[in-house]
Parts: sequence; C-alpha cells; structure tokens
Amino acid sequence: MSAPAPTVAALAQGLATGKFSSVELTRAYLKRIAAAQPSLNSFITVTGESALKTAAEADAARAAGRAGRLTGVPIAHKDIFCTEGVLTTCGSKMLGNFVSPYDATVVSGLRAAGTVMLGKLNMDEFAMGSSNETSYFGPVHNPWDLQMVPGGSSGGSAASVAARIVPAATATDTGGSIRQPAALCGVTGIKPTYGRCSRYGMIAFASSLDQAGLIAVSAEDAALLLGPMSGFDPFDSTSVDSPVPDYTATLGDSIEGLTIGLVREFFDEGLDANSEQHIRNAIAVYEKLGATVREVSCPNLPLSVPTYYVVAPAECSSNLARFDGVRFGHRCNSPKNLLDLYCSSRGEGFGDEVKRRIMTGTYVLSAGYYDAYYLKAQRVRQLISADFAHAFKECDLLVGPTTPAPAFRIGAKCDDPITMYLNDIYTIGANLAGLPGMSVPCGFVDGLPIGLQIVGPHFSEACMLNVAHRYQQETDWHLKTPPAFA
Amino acid sequence: MSLSRADIENIARLARLKLTEAEIPVYVDSLSKIVAFVSELNRAPTVGIEPMAHPLPGLAQRLRTDEVAETDRREVYQRNAPTVEAGLYLVPKVIE
Amino acid sequence: MEWETVIGLEIHAQLATRSKIFSGSDTAYGAEPNSQANLVDLGYPGVLPVLNGEAVRMAVRFGLAIGARIAPHSVFARKNYFYPDLPKGYQISQYELPVVARGFLDIVLDDGTRKRIGITRAHLEEDAGKSLHEGMLGMSGIDLNRAGTPLIEIVSEPDLRSAKEAVAYMKKVHTLVRYLDICDGNMQEGSFRCDANVSVRCKGSEKFGTRAEIKNLNSFRFVEKAINYEVERQIKLLESGRRVVQETRLYDSDKGETRSMRSKEEANDYRYFPDPDLLPLVIDESLIAKVKESLPELPDEKAARFVRNYDLSEYDAGVLTASREIGAFYEDVVRGVGRDPKLCANWVMGDLAAFLNKDNLEIGESKVNADALAGLVTRIVDATISGKIAKDVFEAMWASGESADAIIEEKGLRQITDTGAIEKAIEEVMAKNPGQLADYRSGKGKLFGFFVGQVMRATGSKANPAQLNDLLRKKLSG
Repeated sequence: MSAPAPTVAALAQGLATGKFSSVELTRAYLKRIAAAQPSLNSFITVTGESALKTAAEADAARAAGRAGRLTGVPIAHKDIFCTEGVLTTCGSKMLGNFVSPYDATVVSGLRAAGTVMLGKLNMDEFAMGSSNETSYFGPVHNPWDLQMVPGGSSGGSAASVAARIVPAATATDTGGSIRQPAALCGVTGIKPTYGRCSRYGMIAFASSLDQAGLIAVSAEDAALLLGPMSGFDPFDSTSVDSPVPDYTATLGDSIEGLTIGLVREFFDEGLDANSEQHIRNAIAVYEKLGATVREVSCPNLPLSVPTYYVVAPAECSSNLARFDGVRFGHRCNSPKNLLDLYCSSRGEGFGDEVKRRIMTGTYVLSAGYYDAYYLKAQRVRQLISADFAHAFKECDLLVGPTTPAPAFRIGAKCDDPITMYLNDIYTIGANLAGLPGMSVPCGFVDGLPIGLQIVGPHFSEACMLNVAHRYQQETDWHLKTPPAFA
Repeated sequence: MSLSRADIENIARLARLKLTEAEIPVYVDSLSKIVAFVSELNRAPTVGIEPMAHPLPGLAQRLRTDEVAETDRREVYQRNAPTVEAGLYLVPKVIE
Repeated sequence: MEWETVIGLEIHAQLATRSKIFSGSDTAYGAEPNSQANLVDLGYPGVLPVLNGEAVRMAVRFGLAIGARIAPHSVFARKNYFYPDLPKGYQISQYELPVVARGFLDIVLDDGTRKRIGITRAHLEEDAGKSLHEGMLGMSGIDLNRAGTPLIEIVSEPDLRSAKEAVAYMKKVHTLVRYLDICDGNMQEGSFRCDANVSVRCKGSEKFGTRAEIKNLNSFRFVEKAINYEVERQIKLLESGRRVVQETRLYDSDKGETRSMRSKEEANDYRYFPDPDLLPLVIDESLIAKVKESLPELPDEKAARFVRNYDLSEYDAGVLTASREIGAFYEDVVRGVGRDPKLCANWVMGDLAAFLNKDNLEIGESKVNADALAGLVTRIVDATISGKIAKDVFEAMWASGESADAIIEEKGLRQITDTGAIEKAIEEVMAKNPGQLADYRSGKGKLFGFFVGQVMRATGSKANPAQLNDLLRKKLSG
C-alpha cells in the first residue's frame, strides 16, 4: 500500500472490502509518523508495538466476522487522555514519567469500537495555550508552514490529521482548543456539548469548561467517531444521561429552511479582512443550499475572554493542586522540608504559562477578590449564556469565523499573554455556555488555512455535523493537503 | 490595577510555587496585565444575575449506590509514587 | 472581674456507609495502609467524584432528628489547602449552602433544667488521610485509607457556657448519631471527634472574646480537660493585661495542656468555590418523606415515653435511653415481667449495669439476656424469692448462664410462704430469746428488727419478708 487513503470513511471501506488489513494500514501510518516527527514534533509517544498488536487483533476479529464500522481504523489520542500502561504526560514535565494505571472513558470507548491507538499527541502543557508552544516536549509545527504554530492546545492532534499522518485524533476543548487548531491546520474539529463525552480520565484543566472531542479530515469522519466517544458515564457526575444518536444517519439531510445566524459580534474590527471574505463565501454556500441567513446579536460576547480568564484559571488553580510530588509526578531532589517539597516540585514541574494561570486563579479566588472577580465572572457567564439562548430562539445554528486570523509565527505572541489569549475570542463563548461547536476548513489566506465556526444549541451535534457535511459536499477545502506531506 | 512584588510572593506561597528571582518581575508584569484585562468585567451590569457555576442548567447531582466496588490495587497505584515505604507515601516530616 | 466562657463545638461524625463518599472504596477501619485508597481517593489525574446516596440519606436523617431544615438545593465546594493527608490539594465540603441548617438539641444541666443548644448547620464532606510519624527516619508516612470517608460536620451555635455543658452536648450528639445508625460513634478509631471554639468574656458583655480553636478532641474526657485548660489560660492572659490570639491549638493529652499548632500558624485562605465536578445536590420532598418514615424513635421521645408509661424519673429514663440497645433491653424486660417497670429499671440500671461494667461488656453482649432477667424479676414480683436472694441468683445466672428458675430450684432458694412454717420458726425464736421478748413487750419496739433477723437466719433468708413481718408482729404482741 502506498499513500494511505485520506478519510476514516474511506479507510473503513478499504478494511471492510479487504483492500488492506489493519496491520498493513497501521504499519503505513507508523511509517508516516516516523517520517514526519522530526519536522512536526506532533507526537509525544508512539505506541508502535501495541498498535500492531491491536491491529492484528482487529484483523482477527474481522476474519471472525466480529468487525464493527471502525474495527482496525488507526487513530491517536491527545496526551491529556489517560491510557493504561502508556506514558500520559499532558505535555508537562510534571507528568514526564507518569504511566497511567487506567484508561479514560473516551479511550476505552474508542478501543471498544475497534480503533487502533498509534500513540499520544503533543499539546500545550495541561492544555493551557493557543499555539502549542507551552508543551514541555517542544512546539508542534504547522504542516502548512513549519515556521507557523498549529494552534493549541490540541496542536498535535490538528497537525497530525492535517499532515495525514493519522486519520483522526481525539482532542479537548476548554476555550477553543479543538476548533482553533483545526482552523489553523485546515482540518475539521468538533467540540460536543458539555457533558456529551465523559471527562473521566481526561486530565482536568477547567472542569466546567473542558470537553472531549475530535479532529478529523471531514465532518463525516467526525460523525463516525463521535458516537463511540459519547454517552453517559457513571464515573463522571457531569456527563449527561441522554441517548447518543447515530451521527452518520442524518448526514446528507436537506438543510432547506434551516435558519443560520450570523453573530454580529463575531464580525468585529479584530477579524482579518481576507478571512472574513472566506466566511462570507461559506455563508453564500449555505444560502445556495436553501438556508435562511439572518444576523443576530450576542451583546455580552465581547466579555467572554475576560470571563474565561477568571473562571478557567480559578478552576485550574484548584485542579492542579494534586500535583504535589507525593503520589505521582515530578518530585524535587532532597526537599528541605514539607513546604519545600511542594514549592520546589511544583515550581520545577510546571512551565511558565501553567504557573501564570495557577497564580491568576489563586488570586481571583483569594479572600477579598472572590466576589470582585470569580463571582462577577460567573454572573457575566450567565449573561453570555443567556445571549446564546436568546439567539437560538431566532435561529437553528450560528456561524462565524473560528479565529480572527490564520496561523501566526512560532514565538510571535509568546511575550504578551493577552495577545495570545485573544486568539480564542470567537471560540470561548461556546465553552462558557456549554454549547457544541465545530470548525470546518473554508479557505486559505496567504497559503494558510482558516476555519468556519458553527455553534449549535445543546445536543445539536447531529444537525451541526450534517450542516458541516453539506458544506463539505459543496467544497473541497477539507481535502486539501499540505504540499510537504502530500 | 497593578500587583506588587509582595502580592506575587503571597500568591506563589498560597499556590505552593517556588519562583526564581528572575521570574518574579515577569509575573508581576503579566499578572498585572491579566488582572487589568479581566477588570473589564466591571463594565457589565450584573445586579440580580445568578452566578453560573455549571454550563448545563437544571441538572442535579446523581447519587451512587453505596457499594464497595474496588479491590486493593496499591501495588499498581504506587508504581508512580516517587518515595514509598511499607505501603506509605513518604514526605518530609509533618510538624503539627 | 467575673468571666464567662463561650464555647461552640464542631463535631465530625464519620458516616457508617460501606463505601466512601465519592468513590467505591471500602471504609472499613484498620486495613493495610493505602490498600483502601483507589484512584479517586488518591486524587489521580483525570478522576472524578461521584456522590454516595447513602451519605446523603444519613445527613438527612440527622437533619430531621434535630428539627432542622433540609436544604432542597445544596452545593459542594472545594476548600483549598496543601497538606500531605489531603491528596487533591482541596477537600470537598459544603460551604455556603449546607445540606442541613438550623436545628437544635436539648441538654439537661446539673440542676435538672433543660437547655436548648442551637445547631447552626451540618454539612457533608470527605475525611482526610493520616500522617504517621513513628519509625519513619525523620519522614512522615501517608496512609490515605481514611481519605474520602464520609463525614458530617455538625456546627453548634456558641451556646455552651462550660466544659460540662460542652460534654453534655457532645454526648447528646453521640447518642443521637448512634440511634440513627449513621455513625458507629467509636471515638478511639476517630469515628466521632470534635474541634472546640473557646473564648471568654466579661460576664454581662454582649461581645464575644477572641477565640481559639482546639483541634481533634477524640474523647469526652479530653474535651472537658482541654476546654478547662484553655479557659484558664485565656483568663490568665486577660487578667495579666495580655490578649488572646485567634489561632488553632492542639490538645496534648500527656501534658494536659493546649499548644499553638505550628503547621496552621499562617493565616489560611481556603479559596472556597463551588466544585465544578459535582452538580447541585437536590433533595426533594419524597426523599425527605421516605427518610422521615424510616426514623427510629429518638432518644428524647423515648425518654418522655418511659416517664409517661413506666412512671420512671427523668434521670432513670435518661439512663435507660442512652442507647437504642439499652432502651430495647429494658423494654424487653418490662414486657417479660408484665408489671412493676420501676423494679425492672432498677435491675437494668443496677446489677446488670454493674456486671456489664465489671466484665467490660456492651449490653448486646450481656451474659444474662432480657428474657432471663425478666424471668428473675418475675420471681421477685410473684414472691418466689426475695430481692436479696435475687441478687445471689443473678450472680449465679451471670456465671452459669442458667435460668433463674433452674437456679432457685437447684439451690432450694424458693421463699417460704407457708404461714404454718413461718409461725413455727417464730415460735422457736421466741422460745430461745425470752429476755428480748420481755424487753420488746415492755416497750423496746426497736427489738423488732432483732426478731426479723433471727427468724431469717433460722429460715436461711427464705421466709417471705412481708408475711414474716405480719406474723411476727402478731406473735410478739402476744
């Protein structure tokens, strides 16, 4: 087998028809990974041996007539998901030696569906970053231009799918960490509704915002993979007990009569003009497909970034307190006393951005500031959420840009946290309100991809995936591959 | 809104983070900027608005049945532990 | 200057669930270190808490028993601080919205009056692990088996005015939680312990003085001693013109004094906020109704019923309702005898209690069960034996496990109730003691007792005392 087929759907087809075996497919991808790793740095761990073993099991299952739709399809996991017996670092020195004794629910769901894990993908440290530059294991490079960031925090997932070195990858999204890198790498990303996928085994950054999802080439692929990742989990009190539909069943449905809202606040002065043109073109495609487009307003949305930078650090400051050098993770050498054990282990184990967020969160929760910052932000969060609820009374879905501009140069925004934070200005709102969101490739600016964001009401994944799929039937942006990795 | 060196030292102590001499002014600067940035929230009128702690409204905590569902896996769990003795995690002496 | 002591207690009672509050680990005491600490208890990366429904029902039970309001909507919050026995770096507790609010318990003071002690709140939280310092070569060893054991923290109003009141209140809570089957009350194992907030103020002053919090008191005796020590310490400070510092103190039971806790010296800033891993705890009317239905008769209700139905003093009723087991034992005895509940009470509180105490047994382990004791008391009531003989019979029952009747029969202890036989014995005694008889008849009425004693001796203490009295009086008066 020479070049691997580009989509999960095509690979599943090839496996089903016996065009190639899972072992052959897995071997081909492992080869591509090895070839790309020096330039992309998108993997932290490659689990070649176990991948081939799982692939052989998948082939045996198929031979025995026990194959499902995804049996034998290789994927990779963001290194934020715990994988039993495999290094799970969360992109941090703190967990540089951490071998998880258990699987995340998302991981076991996808394994049960027959997928083959190729390895663990690079990411911003503890998912805190928008450029993949905060990883202890070094930055990931954008396959469209190796000088550029792939976005973050799921930069390894997006870059790997874009370079076609993995067919699809899991990812997580706390403020845009799936959609933003998907947009900057020209691939399709979906962050489902908060509570749709279990958070059990996904190392927490900000518990009320974190959501597992995935990055794939197409909406169809995302629809194939989302089902096995989703559903109620008795180990996650915040997972929602509602049935998981077959997301592929509604792909191709007509979208005639669908009302699509353009959020006025998404088209602000910060939006790059060339990017805007592509978004407008995408909207025209929807009008052609019979959707009604109308403008709506979410007046509090501009406050989503400051709201997020109170809520997320607050939760992270507490979530990351468990990394203390006692039971797992980095421990400093010969601590002088208990206080030194804590301060040195944490001081050495966490990188700059993680420390910055822990301190920000500690500050906004501390006595005298709790009301002014934390409670205030939770109230504004309510307003933002209400804005969305109001918008969904007038339309079925919202669309707009995923990011203000295409990928930036590695190192360009490292000095100013605020500039970096503003990358997520269009994506954070969905996290604050727990809404599902997608990013779909919709064009290129100066050779770099940009993404169209779709945001829906709670649990509207099926509709969103279909809307993205219909667009991808009309366009081929999602099938473009970076020349260096073709 | 600007934070002082003492503020940063106090926050770092609460958060149990050892900062180097070189790091302190960097965090004084960036946290001051962040705090100034998030102070934008003060512009939003929020009188009478309930704080939102959870993104899905109206859900209630599920209750688990009171059953022991675990066996002893200490040996596996302690493989990640830096220092263990006789099944105990070791730390520098705790002084009460 | 006259000083007034002001005390509030924070009682921690471990709930008697099988599994932990947020994980499926076993809660049994005394296991190998860390063998009952699973991923959740260890605070592993990625794991999440799921609430144990039984812990919630137990908290509701407690709330209903103290006449409190059960919050229809309560919230779990994180209390953030670093300590080796706290694996996540935060304790899941309840802060602004506890599950139980505003209840009370009545205590009885020394002079017999009742005093109502307000209970501000009771909330659910997780226990921490333990640090062990012995034999660790200058290190501490952390055992997290206890981490995640469900606790209910019961916070009283500052209504207590002396160490004695504090102990009475704590005992009352101790009795109640065991009645409710929500805590085993084992203080040696730490299942029931408290922190005491102690301050003093000038008598008559409205303002509270600065308080010290004494941590981890795990016996009634320590509570009393620690508070008394602390009150004295504070008064000494104030009288010498110094001030009390607000701080956490530790009671050293060896030295009998409290001392400042170094580890808690720095002002804590717990940064409480709602735990985003847990949803609001919603308790609806139907759950409350269900729990209410399952509530046992509470100690105060039971005591009042004992006073009313069995004509007992309040004191006796209090003793007999100190635990559900004692109350049930007593009522089984009363039921078996069918009359004279006061006599039954005397036996349970007297000989039975003394023998249990001597052998260090719980009432459930008594060598004489309620049926057997009822058998004995019945023989007193039906005059088969006297109360005095009964004491010997009881001792024999305790030793042999045989029934009262078997022992009475075997040892021939049956009372003599045959008038002729008693008369015969009296006549013999009169004949042997002519001098005393003459003295009695000439007015020395005190000699009556002498004749009773002589006849009893002659009959081996078996003469029915009432009959003997009657017959003797008649015979002596000629």
